Amino acid sequence: MLKIEDLQARIDDKSILKGLNLEVNAGEVHAIMGPNGAGKSTLANIIAGKEEYDVTNGTIELNGEDISEFAPEERAHSGIFLSFQYPVEIPGVSVTNFIKTAINETRKAKGLEDMPAKDLLKMIREKSELLEIDRKFLSRSLNEGFSGGEKKRNEIFQMAMLEPQLAILDETDSGLDIDALRIVANGVNKLKSKDNAVIVITHYQRLLDYIVPDFVHVLHDGKIVKSGDASLALELEAKGYDWIKQELV
Amino acid sequence: MELKDKLLSSYVAFENRVDTKSDVHDIRSEAFQNFEALGFPTKKLEAWKYTSLKTVLKQDYSIFPNKENNVEFSDVKKYFIHDIDAYKLVFVDGKYNSFLSETTHGDFDVCLMSAALNKQKYKAVIENYFNKIAKQDNLTSLNTAFTEEGAYIYIPKNVEVKKPIQIINFTTGSEAATMLQPRNLIVVEENSQVQIIERHQSLTNNPVLTNAVTEIYADKRAFVDYYKIQNDKTNASLVDNTFIEQQSNSVVSVHTFSFGGNITRNNLNFYQKGQHIDSILKGITIIEGKQHVDHHTLVHHIEPNCESHQDYKGIYDERSTGVFNGKVIVEKEAQKTNAYQQNNNVLVNDKATINAKPQLEIFADDVKCSHGCTIGQLDNEALFYMQQRGIPKKEGKALLMYAFANTVLESVKIPEVKQRITQLIANKLGVDIGFDL
Repeated sequence: MLKIEDLQARIDDKSILKGLNLEVNAGEVHAIMGPNGAGKSTLANIIAGKEEYDVTNGTIELNGEDISEFAPEERAHSGIFLSFQYPVEIPGVSVTNFIKTAINETRKAKGLEDMPAKDLLKMIREKSELLEIDRKFLSRSLNEGFSGGEKKRNEIFQMAMLEPQLAILDETDSGLDIDALRIVANGVNKLKSKDNAVIVITHYQRLLDYIVPDFVHVLHDGKIVKSGDASLALELEAKGYDWIKQELV
Repeated sequence: MELKDKLLSSYVAFENRVDTKSDVHDIRSEAFQNFEALGFPTKKLEAWKYTSLKTVLKQDYSIFPNKENNVEFSDVKKYFIHDIDAYKLVFVDGKYNSFLSETTHGDFDVCLMSAALNKQKYKAVIENYFNKIAKQDNLTSLNTAFTEEGAYIYIPKNVEVKKPIQIINFTTGSEAATMLQPRNLIVVEENSQVQIIERHQSLTNNPVLTNAVTEIYADKRAFVDYYKIQNDKTNASLVDNTFIEQQSNSVVSVHTFSFGGNITRNNLNFYQKGQHIDSILKGITIIEGKQHVDHHTLVHHIEPNCESHQDYKGIYDERSTGVFNGKVIVEKEAQKTNAYQQNNNVLVNDKATINAKPQLEIFADDVKCSHGCTIGQLDNEALFYMQQRGIPKKEGKALLMYAFANTVLESVKIPEVKQRITQLIANKLGVDIGFDL
């Protein structure tokens, strides 16, 4: 589904990704771990199409199509969803109206009519129940004054509404207490299917207790330096990242 | 001939037409002398430092359009808030248009200034209120000197006017360039309520200069809710001079929506002459091209225990320019004043300019006065977030701008006005997403 080859990227002349390869197939869960500054969030943002980064080499293919030149919204329309590490506050736009606009703009891009209000409401009801979101919450301004946990839960709610093919969860576990973590992970697991895929970016093993990965990759200094199965995450949790850095020397 | 000379020399003709043996004419004559001495404002005046009328004054305006010009309702319907039942005072090229208007003389008067100035019935109100709070500055004096037509609204005590009143000034462009000087008087007595919507609209691209003066008196416990919709052609300039006097426990709100025109200058002045008064001044400015909008507000807190709330939002694109000058005076006696002022601006283009100046003069020591002013750009992180959720950049920008301006829209009390403004914003931003935030 997603195929990244020799991806190199920089921001303001600072090289961040230095030849990264990654392949994700439908039905898989990949975890990307690594120390601070390794380039984890950069990778997520580049896949989503953030314009501040300069991609200097390599390709990003989604279902065989090179999406490197796609605008962020076009990537979203193709089924890429990024759960932000720091979701942006947008005062004056309610959660419901934001998601309604997002869904209808995506449908418009596909040549479809707006989703009928009745269907939309039904879907909102189902998905908000899945994530144990209070209905009142949905009429509040998007992310404004939300707690860290509420913001992340709201990200996964949007993911549930948009039903992406490829979801990238960028440190979705940060700022979550254990109950919120369980709810969010449960939501992600229920949305998993053989047709979609998830990339989980995290520092810690904790989230991976709930969302069990098929593959774990270690990102260090702009490259994937080690890959393995779920047990690699446990090893990292126990030993830290230093041993990998040493292995590289 | 320069415009000033043209105005001065045409005064004889004006005097041949109006009743010169009246008290009102004494006021006119005095104002005329005042204008003769002061002339038009120039950038040398502090209050006009950032707004130059120079190019606007160069046009050869017809001062008294003499033709009766009619317009078809179907052609101008879109400029009305037509989906509500309303009283209407419609002027075409400065002349009253009875066909498009709907006046009343029932429990209250919604009619014409020309009638009010000439009929015995209105004499007392005119004597008590006409030109009592309008400033003696150059442009207000000019308007006063040529006072002839406009809206006259008189609401006696204990009347809640159920339908809003729309005041619309159309310019047909049948003259190469037109100058208009509408003069409005609105008196709302104790316990009465009224809602007013005002608009100036040019129907062609010929230059227009409107120098309007509106005086509003809100007596004890009166409620006045006023909306100014400014979305004119790019050759139409407007100087709006509005003066509001409030008595105890009255609430007056003025919303100014400035979406288009050549030069738009809003001089909005509130004088609080009692206690427990609330004055609300709100505005949304969205302009582009070389348009210019200048908001000069004044809230004069004279008595204790009063409040004022100002919230002005501006979005400036291309080479447009904006000015916000918010002056708040709190007199020594005006203890326990709560004065709030907020002015937020977004410059969409780095060629756009805003000059923002809060001006607080506080002589009392037990008051709460706050002001905040921001000038920023659109939040790119928010834009990326929206795009990531599938909302294209243009729509995302529009949504952000709309959300930014929304705090002003929230206090609009007439749903149809709110809807219209929302639509105008969407049109301006070139999007067709239904914003019902």
